[in-house]
Amino acid sequence: MELTRRNVMIMGTGAMVAFGLPMAANAAGEDLIEAFTGGAEMAESGVTLTAPEIAENGNTVPIEVDADGASEIMVLALGNPTPPVATFKFGPLAASHTASTRIRLAGTQDVVAIAKMKDGSFAKATKTVKVTIGGCGG
Amino acid sequence: MAKGVRPRVKVPKTASAGEAITIKTLISHKMESGQRKDSDGNKIPRSIINRFTCDFNGENVIDVTLEPAISTNPFFEFEATVPETGEFQFTWYDDDGSVYETSKKISVE
Repeated sequence: MELTRRNVMIMGTGAMVAFGLPMAANAAGEDLIEAFTGGAEMAESGVTLTAPEIAENGNTVPIEVDADGASEIMVLALGNPTPPVATFKFGPLAASHTASTRIRLAGTQDVVAIAKMKDGSFAKATKTVKVTIGGCGG
Repeated sequence: MAKGVRPRVKVPKTASAGEAITIKTLISHKMESGQRKDSDGNKIPRSIINRFTCDFNGENVIDVTLEPAISTNPFFEFEATVPETGEFQFTWYDDDGSVYETSKKISVE
């Protein structure tokens, strides 16, 4: 394809569509994050989210969250029909602020963990999981 | 009450005081997400466990809010501190109001 003015315009439109749509789908997730943090700034370190890079079966994807000094950790799957996954609240007898579980993912998407620290600050970790077979029935 | 719900918990029998132990829990539950449809195209209503708590002698270890995105047979693994001899209480809360409970004793040497 020649790089003419017309072709460049077409490519530009295509890129807008490709990048614009996922942002619309993430709006529900953004709202939930906003509700959890109250719009506070989130540090990029301080919470670890362990998830497989490729999950063959979206019905059961093992994940682990770990945040030192966290009082609460919220996990969101931004590409699911209902983005919330779980919220872990740690009590006084929790030895480490670590928990693992198994979750459902509807398709390839970003999984987000947001930790609320005891001092009131927030930290966020994101991990992209590729899903071969989605886990939401059809 | 959902049928065939059976909680299973793995806790060591003994620990030293103040030791951090790993607890694994699994409960058999279909965790119907409310997204699936039956063969006639009707939505199958949501039926999940929405909350799980673990306490030791009345003091909280972990309190988890579950959403439909948690897999069938919810599994949790976490760590707890054992200050003294006592009992862990595990409680699961179902959408339909039923509560499933189990407990495990642990002795400090």
